[in-house]
Amino acid sequence: MSEHSSAKSPLKGYIAVWIALLAGTGLTVYAATLDLAPYNAAVALGIATIKATLVALFFMHVWHASEKLTKLVVIAALFFLLLLLGLTMTDYATRLWS
Amino acid sequence: MTRHARRRSQLPDSSAATGLHAEEHNPALLHHFAEPQQQRDAASLGMWVFLATEVMFFGGLFCAYLVYRRLYFGDFAAASKTINMGLGATNTAVLICSSLTVVLAVWAAQTARRTLLIVSLIITMLLGVVFLGIKGIEYVEKFEEHHVPGASFSFDHVAIPGHPGQYADPHHAQLFFSLYFVMTGLHALHMIIGLGIFLWLLTMAWKGRFTPEWHTPVEIGGLYWHFVDIVWIYLFPLLYLIDRHP
Repeated sequence: MSEHSSAKSPLKGYIAVWIALLAGTGLTVYAATLDLAPYNAAVALGIATIKATLVALFFMHVWHASEKLTKLVVIAALFFLLLLLGLTMTDYATRLWS
Repeated sequence: MTRHARRRSQLPDSSAATGLHAEEHNPALLHHFAEPQQQRDAASLGMWVFLATEVMFFGGLFCAYLVYRRLYFGDFAAASKTINMGLGATNTAVLICSSLTVVLAVWAAQTARRTLLIVSLIITMLLGVVFLGIKGIEYVEKFEEHHVPGASFSFDHVAIPGHPGQYADPHHAQLFFSLYFVMTGLHALHMIIGLGIFLWLLTMAWKGRFTPEWHTPVEIGGLYWHFVDIVWIYLFPLLYLIDRHP
């Protein structure tokens, strides 16, 4: 969150992230029109995760957060989300009767 | 705590009135914080904890989506193909641009650029309205096509992509559209709340309440807006792009 306001202007970085996010959107639409067999979902989710990471790190200032607890909260949120998705899917994926 | 901090800092006299360290007390700093940086960190940490609960809130829906997408992949792919991909992609770009203007607004508040702050907040809100408008056009299309779950739902003889001669099961397609409307609807509700927050930020900015020392609402309002953007970054490929190749 703290950009140590004086220092050098962060504007160039913001514009670069913005361009990368727009490029990622174009790329994900293009990739969806290709037949990548089982990898379409992986590519789409990979691009989405890169975009989300860029937003969190640079637009939401996690990268420059002076408070280490912020990073802990972010990691904890991701951990519990993956726990929810991961354990649910291991259950459904191993049900022989469905 | 953050709400308290906001209210108190608008009343610079309240701490001086107690007569405790009145000599060198920073009016923007609450008593129980050692320095402004610590106060800002505490406010943003509180927002992050709230966003963590939001991750779990949307996480349940993403989980339901994953379970049924895996079970009924062909039906989900057929249903996904009927949503307007161009509108979805445009909306993704609109939200990304609004995230840029939010980050500009935060920077403007940090560096005491009042005009830039006000202009950035206004553009952000306009982009938010454009997003909701495009979403509305999309919903109208779905109503016209009878793809809204309910009594008039119809999804007959829609081919499953990659499986010629096979048609999607309308019940499973209805499940996809239920998830589509609940997830995008809940996201749109967050956008509407975000617009309300930004309207409030705009009036505060107009009155000149924000200073480089104290602009906590702009920072944490911005965190909220970016979070809503991140949710959309995942919703777009998951709902619109399941199986688009010809």
